[in-house]
Amino acid sequence: MARRNDGSPNTPDRVGTDGHAEVERFHDPGLPPHRPRLADKDPRAAKRAEKQVAILFLISIVGTILFFVGYFAIEIDEPGSSDLRLQNLLLGLGTAFAMFGIGIGIVHWAKTLMPDHEVVESRKPVTKESERAEAEQILGDIIEETGIKRRPLIRNTMLVAMILAPFPAIAIFRDLGPLPGDVLRHTMWDEGVRLTLDPTGTPIRASDVTIGSAVHVIPEGLNEAEHKLEEKAKAVVLLMRLNPEDLSPSEGREDWGYEGIVAYSKICTHVGCPVALYEQQTHHLLCPCHQSTFDLTQECKVIFGPAVRPLPQLPITVDAEGYLVAQSDFTEPVGPSFWERG
Amino acid sequence: MSTSTAPYEPKTNVGRITNYVDQRVGGSGMVREFGRKVFPDHWTFMFGEVALYSFVILLLSGTFLTFFFDPSMAETHYDGSYVPLKGVEMSMAYASSLDISFDIRGGLFMRQVHHWSALLFVAAMSVHMLRVFFTGAFRKPRELNWVVGATLLILGLAEGFTGYSLPDDLLSGNGLRIIDGVIKSIPIVGTYISFFLFGGEFPGTVIIPRLYVLHILLIPAFILLMIAIHLFMVVVHKHTQFAGPGRTNNNVVGFPVGPVYAAKAGGFFFIVFGVVALMAGMFTINPIWNYGPYDPSPISAGTQPDWYIGFVDGALRLMPGVWEFVIFGYTLSLNVLLPALVPAGILFALLFLWPWLEAWVTKDKREHHLLDRPRNAPTRTAIGVAGVIYYCVLWAAASSDLIATHFSISLNDVIYWLRALFILGPIIGFVVSKRIALALQRKDREIALHGRETGRIVRLPHGEFIEVHEPLDKYKQYKLVNFESHDVLPAQPNAEGKITKTEKARGLLSRIFFEDRVAPASPAEIRAAHAHGHGEVEGEREKKAEVSGH
Amino acid sequence: MKALSQRRRHPLTAVALLLMGLLLTGGLYAVASGANEAKAQTSTFSAEDIAEGEKLFIANCATCHGMEAGGTETGPSLVGVGAAAVHFQVGTGRMPLQMQGPQAMEKPAQFNEEETRQMAAYVASLGPGPAIPSEEALDTSDADVAHGGELFRVNCAMCHNAAAAGGALTQGKFAPALSGVSDAHAYEAMVTGPQNMPVFNDATLPPEGKQDILAFLNYIDDNKSPGGAALGSLGPVSEGLFLWIAGLGVIIAFTIWLTSRSS
Repeated sequence: MARRNDGSPNTPDRVGTDGHAEVERFHDPGLPPHRPRLADKDPRAAKRAEKQVAILFLISIVGTILFFVGYFAIEIDEPGSSDLRLQNLLLGLGTAFAMFGIGIGIVHWAKTLMPDHEVVESRKPVTKESERAEAEQILGDIIEETGIKRRPLIRNTMLVAMILAPFPAIAIFRDLGPLPGDVLRHTMWDEGVRLTLDPTGTPIRASDVTIGSAVHVIPEGLNEAEHKLEEKAKAVVLLMRLNPEDLSPSEGREDWGYEGIVAYSKICTHVGCPVALYEQQTHHLLCPCHQSTFDLTQECKVIFGPAVRPLPQLPITVDAEGYLVAQSDFTEPVGPSFWERG
Repeated sequence: MSTSTAPYEPKTNVGRITNYVDQRVGGSGMVREFGRKVFPDHWTFMFGEVALYSFVILLLSGTFLTFFFDPSMAETHYDGSYVPLKGVEMSMAYASSLDISFDIRGGLFMRQVHHWSALLFVAAMSVHMLRVFFTGAFRKPRELNWVVGATLLILGLAEGFTGYSLPDDLLSGNGLRIIDGVIKSIPIVGTYISFFLFGGEFPGTVIIPRLYVLHILLIPAFILLMIAIHLFMVVVHKHTQFAGPGRTNNNVVGFPVGPVYAAKAGGFFFIVFGVVALMAGMFTINPIWNYGPYDPSPISAGTQPDWYIGFVDGALRLMPGVWEFVIFGYTLSLNVLLPALVPAGILFALLFLWPWLEAWVTKDKREHHLLDRPRNAPTRTAIGVAGVIYYCVLWAAASSDLIATHFSISLNDVIYWLRALFILGPIIGFVVSKRIALALQRKDREIALHGRETGRIVRLPHGEFIEVHEPLDKYKQYKLVNFESHDVLPAQPNAEGKITKTEKARGLLSRIFFEDRVAPASPAEIRAAHAHGHGEVEGEREKKAEVSGH
Repeated sequence: MKALSQRRRHPLTAVALLLMGLLLTGGLYAVASGANEAKAQTSTFSAEDIAEGEKLFIANCATCHGMEAGGTETGPSLVGVGAAAVHFQVGTGRMPLQMQGPQAMEKPAQFNEEETRQMAAYVASLGPGPAIPSEEALDTSDADVAHGGELFRVNCAMCHNAAAAGGALTQGKFAPALSGVSDAHAYEAMVTGPQNMPVFNDATLPPEGKQDILAFLNYIDDNKSPGGAALGSLGPVSEGLFLWIAGLGVIIAFTIWLTSRSS
């Protein structure tokens, strides 16, 4: 067998001390001699240590008082102000001193004044070999007396019964939530639903959206919706205006924008964070959670990061009064992928 | 107990009290067993205690918080005293968290105590596990306790994450949003699990109360149970100790519980509490008032989980945008599923299996109560370092945006570099740390054989110059030479004389593990070194000094 | 205009004309809709200001932005960016640009307020654009801090961080921290959209909303974190780092003391 050794030139090829190998071992010199501490030799040092411990305990008492000062003496008119900060600091310092005083005091006491002779205790095996044999015998007898080995009918029926019995405990959790159905495929957007400002709900005119701006949008009526947050989690949209020549809509999507105004779902197709960072010169959208980057000029194709699918686009147009409205719902489910998405 | 003829009469007050208790519920046996039980003393043995104590602090501060926290997700308009949120629509959970912070005296302090000690709890468990790993304390008979410890770590992560989500602020809400996205990527059942967990569509109105029950009831109960088992096993096994003069595999050398160890350990609880209180008083943690209530539309730059979940978030960030498939009309989102499950899965699988893996490779079935110095188990140490680097790369990835802004580099470049490091880092770490461990062993060997360099150059009568080496005292020398060094154990034929495939694999692993080794100096070598005088050995010594980098 | 007439037959004339036409229609459209509140406030600047500003412009800016501020390969056209853009870019030291990079960096301003106003006057005279906000526009005395916070979280926090501590953008760009930014500069940044920041015009973010945001920013700037040192307001990353380095560091120091032998 080709075996390299440790590489040191003066080490013979030698079997290591694997415990069982018959190799000469060093003689254990035993515990080093005990070295007495200052406090052991000098009564004055012991007295000094005693005083130090007492002072530490006194510091703890002062700390506790400090806590009460912080708690009762500070009036907080307005929590944004520095009063609360001061109170929090005093409570913290008070508690810290109270604790440090006791803790350091006790440890100092133990280190300097309590006996510091190391004690040797021998280890015992977890159990004795003989006891293990006895236990095996007892267990064997118990199993034998039940007859479970001799009566397979009982054993098998019992196993089946015991396997089945926990299932109700799982099934009873069925009503934790409704089945998904197709709610993930629909949002509040629909033909003619106006785009409104988040969070105020003010409708937006096409002329309000100037080149370079990014507007955070919710559907009209969202603030009054019954399941507001659930609807908002699907329906939030980012509205941006570019020079129309910067956009390159694919076939069938040419009229999804309006004069360079385009609306894209704000929910990341990765795991659902709001993709809210719009760089108006590069036309990139960045998700702050996992850095997926979408290129607005390529219909929000992913150009960096862990997301795969482009952000869904909301087809928009303007109504008779000049307000931006959706042409329809999103044409695909928004947000993170899920199994049934297809 | 009292078979002796003369009945026991307590002589002291303490004796009278214990006698009273003992006659009713027993306990003198406990005192005899534990009163003078010996615990070895080493600073690295304290991290388990730090974890235990921070858990106690968590229970205390958490109980305070439950008295004021309302986990309801019902909508309300904030009416507390923090001006920048006056009148803002939010959930009761968030409003009551704000009330705890601003309108209940000491509430902010307790929140910060709770959160700092939560971070400390997981950190202390991690460091404790690293200590146990690198010193080989997980070996027989402590394998099961290692598993209990690893389970505690997972429970700690779960407890931390559920707690992080409770205030229903913007930061934690987006954390839940990410969890929802990850759950939805699970094939077949993902959407259903998401709907069951959130009681319908995300975010719903039930997730906070449900997480609250998990956070204050179920998970802490499991943690307490596991801690009880963990400590029970520590008592059964007795603590490990580092090898040294007088310290053998068959004894424990240290301080008895009463009084020294109990005083130190008890005092240490107050010290840990003091450190946490100091942090809570002086440093803001989780300023929920900055983040605002959860709303699915806004988000803050720098949205990150607490540090212990960071490595999963980092994995999500490192994954390139590939591998989302649509098969027969169903979406398989491996770009989410893979990073969410695989790196953490590998980490914890290796963690749980390691004691058996190592015992299988070494074929070592003996009990080990003596710890290895990390350098004396170079391959294990190297694997540990590789694991740490693997974890740290993922961890760093979770703060890629902050690394970019603080070091003025491109966010994209940070990700590219970390992707490369994710593969290369552990390999480099393995090789380098193994070499360092071997080099340190050689240094030890040199010192054991030749003593310490004194720097004194002496000219011998025949003109030769030598450096005087001061021999070690027997205690120090024993410390350097008394360790076990495993050797390659090639594949062994079984009872039928055949070498099985698994045995071949084991033999191969054994070679990888122990091919490069530095054997401890033997008494014969030391005698030889002394007999030689130093002249001849000196030339060799210099050559080796280069190798060991000493 | 002389320069223009000389280049009338240049092959790019058609393109330039087309662009100008587009810009003009766009600009007029914006003015007509009142979206930008871009009242051509050249009136507040005197002719002297404009003349002085032009001199300064030619001496300091024309290398990149062109003699007539029409833009070159290295700098964009400044026609129609308005006085606010100049006041912001020059006033925060971002312009003149020190060197090309992912984005213009903030540095000590190179020109005093008077010179900056003169340059702003000149640029404002080139075409209508957002004006330097007036005293009233920056008056936050009856602004709603809480509403400002809401608007800030929806419109600003994703880049600038919920506590306005800044954040990363792609390819080395970043959104700066907003602590210490003057009200005027913050307002100007919103209306002009410097560099990659989107424009928040008065239709989508009304002036009152901007005042609310300013009030919110001032509030969090004036009031330190009640919990103690804010650790940069960077969230869990700085908290975790602090715990590992300082928290565990102190505890390890204690464990070493605790297990060492007393002398």
